[in-house]
Amino acid sequence: MSEHLLTPLTALGRDSPVTKTIGGITICENPDLAIASLTVRQGRDQQLQTVLTSILGGSLSGPGRAIFSNSTTAIWTGVDQWFLMAPLSEHPDYAAEIKNIVKDSASVTEQTDGWVIFDLKGDNLIPFLERICNLNSKTLVAGDATRCLIEHLGCLIICRESGRNFTIVGPRSSASSLHHTLVTAALSVA
Amino acid sequence: MIINHPLLGPRDAQEFVYLGDASLIDRPDVNAETALEDFHDYLYLRDNPAGSHKELWFHEQGDRAWLVVTRDMTTHEITDVELASDYAKRRGRDR
Repeated sequence: MSEHLLTPLTALGRDSPVTKTIGGITICENPDLAIASLTVRQGRDQQLQTVLTSILGGSLSGPGRAIFSNSTTAIWTGVDQWFLMAPLSEHPDYAAEIKNIVKDSASVTEQTDGWVIFDLKGDNLIPFLERICNLNSKTLVAGDATRCLIEHLGCLIICRESGRNFTIVGPRSSASSLHHTLVTAALSVA
Repeated sequence: MIINHPLLGPRDAQEFVYLGDASLIDRPDVNAETALEDFHDYLYLRDNPAGSHKELWFHEQGDRAWLVVTRDMTTHEITDVELASDYAKRRGRDR
């Protein structure tokens, strides 16, 4: 077999993830997350919840919520729909792995390369979030996760710690634009 | 304008797309004898009330749910919001 000398690039087109600290805010590109979408098939909710308990340790999250368990994160993205996330290094073929668990109780699609993920940390991210989206960011608590607009981009916003630790999942094809928006907002509150 | 999403709470109208009159849910039976007339009325005839009106909105930049929003056409006051699937089921549809 031929040996491929290919170098994987991150969503921002570099060979290593970009981290920027502006004022008290750290914006960190996270290339190590595998993502799969999950949509329950009609009338199979109970079966799906049962088979997923093994990896989630509990039920799937309800509207506007995420659950973080072991290494897996489940995010509610719509009625009967979720995103599942896990470390890419441990789950290189994530969608196939999930499909193998849920069998025909749900439909699964691979999403890993469709998104860019930015982890945001800071002592007070509220003024920053107020500049980028119209969510009531003060009321977001750990485990809240919702999709909304940042500039013109539909992004998932996940709260890991109220006001201090958030993850933004945005469309990968607009990774640089989204990064520019985040950096600009961070500069304006720095 | 703020739309109070039944699952996600108050959300900015910027995230939604307007489709039209909620009567679009009541699609006529294509096999009925009067189907031609029914579809003419369904497509072309609309009530245009100055007052409370039910309309379909799509949460495109959110959870992509279809909602039935009851809005006063003269004041823009929103008095009720529900999932379109619940509204349709109540009217005898299976989904």
